[in-house]
Amino acid sequence: MAIYETKQARPAPSGTKGLVHWLKENLFSDIISSILTILSFILLYITVPPLLDWMIFDATWSGTKEEITKDGARWIFIYEKFNQFIYGFYPEEQYWRPNLVLAIFILYTIGFRNINNTLARAFIIISFPIISVVLLYGGFGLEIIPTTKWGGLLLTIVVAAVGIIVSFPIGIVFALGRQSNMPIIRTISVMYIEFIRGVPLITLLFMSSVILPLFFPENMDFDKLLRALIGITLFQAAYIAEVIRGGLQAIPKGQYEAADSIGLNYWQTMGLIILPQALKISIPNIVGSFISLFKDTTLVLIIGLFDVLAMVTLTSTDPNWLGFETEGYVFVTFIYWVICFSMSKYAKSIEEKFNTDHK
Amino acid sequence: MKKIKKEPQENVAFYNNPEKRAIIYQILALAGIFIFTYFILNNMFINIEKRGINTGFDFLSSEAGFGIVQSLIEYDESNSHGKVFIVGLLNTILVSAIGIFFASILGLLIGIGRLSKNFMISKLCMVYVETFRNIPILLQILFWYNVVLASLPSPRQSINYFDSIFFNNRGLYIPKPILESGFIAVIIAFILAVIACAYLVKWARKKHDETGEEFPVAWTSLAILIAAPTLVFFVSGTPATLEYAELKGFNFTGGWTLIPELLALAFALSIYTATYIAEAVRAGIEAVPKGQKEAAHALGLKEHIILKKVVLPQALRVIIPPVINQYLNLTKNSSLATAIGYPELVTIFAGTSLNQVGQAIEIILMTMAVYLTISIVISIIMNYINEKIKIKER
Repeated sequence: MAIYETKQARPAPSGTKGLVHWLKENLFSDIISSILTILSFILLYITVPPLLDWMIFDATWSGTKEEITKDGARWIFIYEKFNQFIYGFYPEEQYWRPNLVLAIFILYTIGFRNINNTLARAFIIISFPIISVVLLYGGFGLEIIPTTKWGGLLLTIVVAAVGIIVSFPIGIVFALGRQSNMPIIRTISVMYIEFIRGVPLITLLFMSSVILPLFFPENMDFDKLLRALIGITLFQAAYIAEVIRGGLQAIPKGQYEAADSIGLNYWQTMGLIILPQALKISIPNIVGSFISLFKDTTLVLIIGLFDVLAMVTLTSTDPNWLGFETEGYVFVTFIYWVICFSMSKYAKSIEEKFNTDHK
Repeated sequence: MKKIKKEPQENVAFYNNPEKRAIIYQILALAGIFIFTYFILNNMFINIEKRGINTGFDFLSSEAGFGIVQSLIEYDESNSHGKVFIVGLLNTILVSAIGIFFASILGLLIGIGRLSKNFMISKLCMVYVETFRNIPILLQILFWYNVVLASLPSPRQSINYFDSIFFNNRGLYIPKPILESGFIAVIIAFILAVIACAYLVKWARKKHDETGEEFPVAWTSLAILIAAPTLVFFVSGTPATLEYAELKGFNFTGGWTLIPELLALAFALSIYTATYIAEAVRAGIEAVPKGQKEAAHALGLKEHIILKKVVLPQALRVIIPPVINQYLNLTKNSSLATAIGYPELVTIFAGTSLNQVGQAIEIILMTMAVYLTISIVISIIMNYINEKIKIKER
């Protein structure tokens, strides 16, 4: 005979489940909350429907300029100018070249993930920049396309990619320099980093576009794009250095001591023990820094390069298409937003993947 | 990197001795920098001579010869480039101050909103942050300036609030207070009120320490700060009047004018920076361990006391450093004004003045020096605050 009788669990009190409960808990928990909820709905009501009308329901999607009858967005402008937004003034019959670079990039990325051979990986890393430069600029039998013709999203990506790739090793060197126990090396690194981080990017771009040519012999002709790239790279290297320094500081002292005790020298310690760990810790912040750089590439328009944002102003001054800035800006906003948002989501996902302490 | 001091080894070659090697590396680095500096300076002097560029800072006292649409101090075309520099600097400070003020308020509200239990509020705040943070600030500035402000009505069809504030595509017009000599009494009253509040805070703290009684310091201080100057203002016979903007011909005259460039820039900077401040606020509040709140509840403290005395002091420690960094970023981003022509330092000094005198080196370096100074001052302030608010450990 049982000592006790099991009773049926009582059903949950009414009103702790279901939609009504959820609404009460999350939207109308008290008076202030209810007022805020109602205000939010009013806000959504006055902003979202007109926006949707403008962007989708009243919008003109296709046809010619003369067929615009509605008040909504005139996306035919984007359709008409799409190639300029993407390629700038790159000759139309040569579009296959940037496209091929993109295709190679995708192929290489897939390859890089699946190939574990160090030599093959090194080949991929070294060959990609060379192939890209040759394809985009020309030479070896290809028609030369001067950088003044590069523009649009193509230019934006070139500036961002070069900034990211070139600044990375420089940033590592300065991060190590700042953590070094050689006073002169440390001072040089600190001065560089603090100087670059203390001034706005735009002044660095001005410096590289106006002053830099004065620093070199007169016969050395600097391409406008190259000057912008130098400014962007100097800028990004300082930020990357600080991000990596954060990672280096997080490495416990015991790691250095262990490396010392097995007789590794400085470069072995750094290359095999410290940097791999520091970089792993810093990945989310490095991606964050890349996102900032990608957004900051818009600044090149101030020194007269035609990136995707500058294309808005340029295309809307076309006498046949006057006054289409709004559509242009919305389109470019969309491009930036999608790229930056996916990068930041990606950063968050790696952060979770690398989070090895189980909370 | 901290290394354990190694025993001196007599019999190794100098290039295998880490300490001696370090000295050699540093000498090489210094030599490299000297050679590089010599190379660029040498080229620079040759180029300057060949192109006939003037050098030195004489240009600062020569006549600028161009007008500036907005200036906080008296300025006209006959003033010098040095004055242009000051005008630009003040305009940079003006737009940064406005931006910092609104970004802080907005950022605080959004940051708290993201932690709200109200589903709608927290989601709307999230959408705000994710939207504006992922759009380049320059794009936002251009959008507000070229699309939103450009679509405002002309002065004749101005948006009108109480016949005293006007808003149109030439800017925002607000009444300008004209101060008379008697106003000094109001200022004195305000200063006295501030001193009184300081004493009140001291007295309330003492009382709290001795008796445990709480005195509503914040409300009382606020009342004193508002009541005292207001009372003096009316007693002394309202020694200030408002000058309203009036439509004369095609445009408004009188009052204070906020030009569209300033509006667009301040607006975009506030909205953009607020997203970062909001994230800092959220991270700060979330960083306070839950146990702290539970412990405070267990002691029977009221909700607002917990917020004021337990959560906020700990959260602020985490919030303040990134927020100050954002203030610095906002100030640096104000240089993007050059894209829409708001007359701040980069636009008029590193832009117009540079084009007129062509002395790029001096002008760019001066401009950079300004921002460097601001950022050094801010980092000194930040270190001071960090020192003040860090956990005092025994």
